[in-house]
Amino acid sequence: MTGKRNVLSGTHFMNGDIACAEGAIAAGCRFFAGYPITPATEIAEHLSERMPEFGGIYIQMEDEIASIAAVIGASYAGCKAMTATSGPGFSLMQENIGLAVMTETPCVVVDIMRGGPSTGQPTLPGQQDVMQAKWGSHGDYGIIALSPCSVQEMFDLTVAAFNLSETYRVPVLLMGDEIVGHMWEKVVIPPASKITVVNRKRPNVLPSEYEPFMPSDDLVPPMACFGEGYRFHATGLTHDEHGYPKTQSSEVQSKLVNRLCEKVDRNADKIIRVESVTLDDAEVLVVAYGIVARSALSAVRRAREAGIKAGLLRLITLWPFPEEHVAKAAEKAKAIIVPEMNCGQIVREVERAAKKPACFLSKLGEEPHTPMEIFASIRRNM
Amino acid sequence: MVQQVVHPFSKYLRQAMMPHIWCPGCGNGIVVNCFVHALDELQKDMDKLVVVSGIGCIGRTAGYINADSFHTTHGRAVPFATGVKLANPELDVVIISGDGDLFAIGGNHFIHAARRNIGIKVLCVNNFNYGMTGGQQGPTTPLEAFTTTTPYGNIEPPFNLVHLAAASGANYVARWTTLHVRRLTQSIKRMMQKEGFCFIEVISPCPEIFGRRNKLRTGLEMMELFRKASVVENFSDPSKAEISPDRIVVGEFVNIEKVSYEKLLHEKISQINEKRVEW
Repeated sequence: MTGKRNVLSGTHFMNGDIACAEGAIAAGCRFFAGYPITPATEIAEHLSERMPEFGGIYIQMEDEIASIAAVIGASYAGCKAMTATSGPGFSLMQENIGLAVMTETPCVVVDIMRGGPSTGQPTLPGQQDVMQAKWGSHGDYGIIALSPCSVQEMFDLTVAAFNLSETYRVPVLLMGDEIVGHMWEKVVIPPASKITVVNRKRPNVLPSEYEPFMPSDDLVPPMACFGEGYRFHATGLTHDEHGYPKTQSSEVQSKLVNRLCEKVDRNADKIIRVESVTLDDAEVLVVAYGIVARSALSAVRRAREAGIKAGLLRLITLWPFPEEHVAKAAEKAKAIIVPEMNCGQIVREVERAAKKPACFLSKLGEEPHTPMEIFASIRRNM
Repeated sequence: MVQQVVHPFSKYLRQAMMPHIWCPGCGNGIVVNCFVHALDELQKDMDKLVVVSGIGCIGRTAGYINADSFHTTHGRAVPFATGVKLANPELDVVIISGDGDLFAIGGNHFIHAARRNIGIKVLCVNNFNYGMTGGQQGPTTPLEAFTTTTPYGNIEPPFNLVHLAAASGANYVARWTTLHVRRLTQSIKRMMQKEGFCFIEVISPCPEIFGRRNKLRTGLEMMELFRKASVVENFSDPSKAEISPDRIVVGEFVNIEKVSYEKLLHEKISQINEKRVEW
């Protein structure tokens, strides 16, 4: 296919939504289905222009339920596929995020978080969907959620999201917020040859021997696609290794659901990413993620200048939760501060992992915490 | 010596999934039979067929057909199939699902897929109620019919599915009953060879769940009703295609040639890239 380059290598000035769209293209995404919603619409708009340039598919569906359903279909037909939305649409997608989990569909769901509940604050940032990312669909399952804090990370983590989804056959959620989505910053897109792109593990057996849900050692089954002659069945019902429904068997249910959890948990070391800033001797630990982590970084630096032993643990991976990183950072800490743009969500996980109470800083309905607000809390808690 | 006889069409079914879950007198088996006959007569490449179902009794069909198949969440067969067809337009994507799945919880998806004229083929088995959950009222339940949730008679007017499909923009629209096996098979063949969005409604007996509450206790009684009441009126106005105890209008209602969504999309993609080269 002729046309523009797939990977726009070079230095750009762009907003986070566009960077996310470009990250998807660089990762090999060739199918996008979505429905307009502030503040994620620019991802769809940009992909509607870019996808046709190299034969990719853009389609605007009738709602978010249809969008994620089409993404799952496209993934089973062999395309890397993505959808993007915000809170209200993310709620509608929960049903089929469960289907993607159950049918082990590699796909990426971007949630540019705004203020909720319900229609809430369409144009303002929030971090109120981070627990929904883990627990939003019914049933037990493992899932991966990433939290970008910059426009550069909207690009980088979208690529990472595709790679993780292809590796573990699990939907990966990119939990941005209105600020990282709409903010304009410098983005460096590396040459295509320097971008790691992972593709799903393929079956190496004859179609007659293929069992679509028989896992390898890493607990992930190799994936055939429709039209390749494997003639396999997939269902949202509890199923055995053949993909056949076994809805009355406690043994099959237990084996399947435990594996869906464990394939993420057991590989957590390979999945989890955090950023540590002056943690070695930190007595005041700040744990933050997303846009709030930038204010937290500024506050920690200011505290160091003031002679306070403060450190930042920035969670890049929210799920699986970086328990060991939090526990280790919390060991020496006399105080833990968790600023979030919600009423207290990740702070519960931090307290559980740290095995001590944390000071929670809530911010709702406007801008994120200022560095001074977090700095003041560091000083109060030192 | 006993010679084992293999049914000539058993190759179209997943033997491991048999026996099926359907009740005695149910019409679903007839629909599957007509479907595989159509595939056989067309000599369809089974490696390029994808069967998609939603939730309900007929939703199990996806698992029974020996092709690539997917059993979606309730109502989501159409958008799932949309993703499959767009990602690989060479595949024959067929949805076999029920009236409740496609027209209540999935109704919005259906009308938009028909409007786009995307090349997926929908075979809707209409049994007038939610059979799998025990016989509740649905979007096709006739007025005054008794179901477990309309114990005093249904007061909601039912959808006319062929009218809805035609008005939404489908390229091909037909209705048959399970009594019309030859016509239904021919109709499925025609649908499989057409471009764009195609829809066939099959009126099917559900004696165990629907019939017994409505003085139609056996499959035979329901089939007898279909025989007495059915009138073939090809290319009549689908808005007047009634379903009543006295008159069931069946036939082909729409058979037009509109370019499919996926073809338009790929033409557009080619145009965009030709222009770019000229620049």
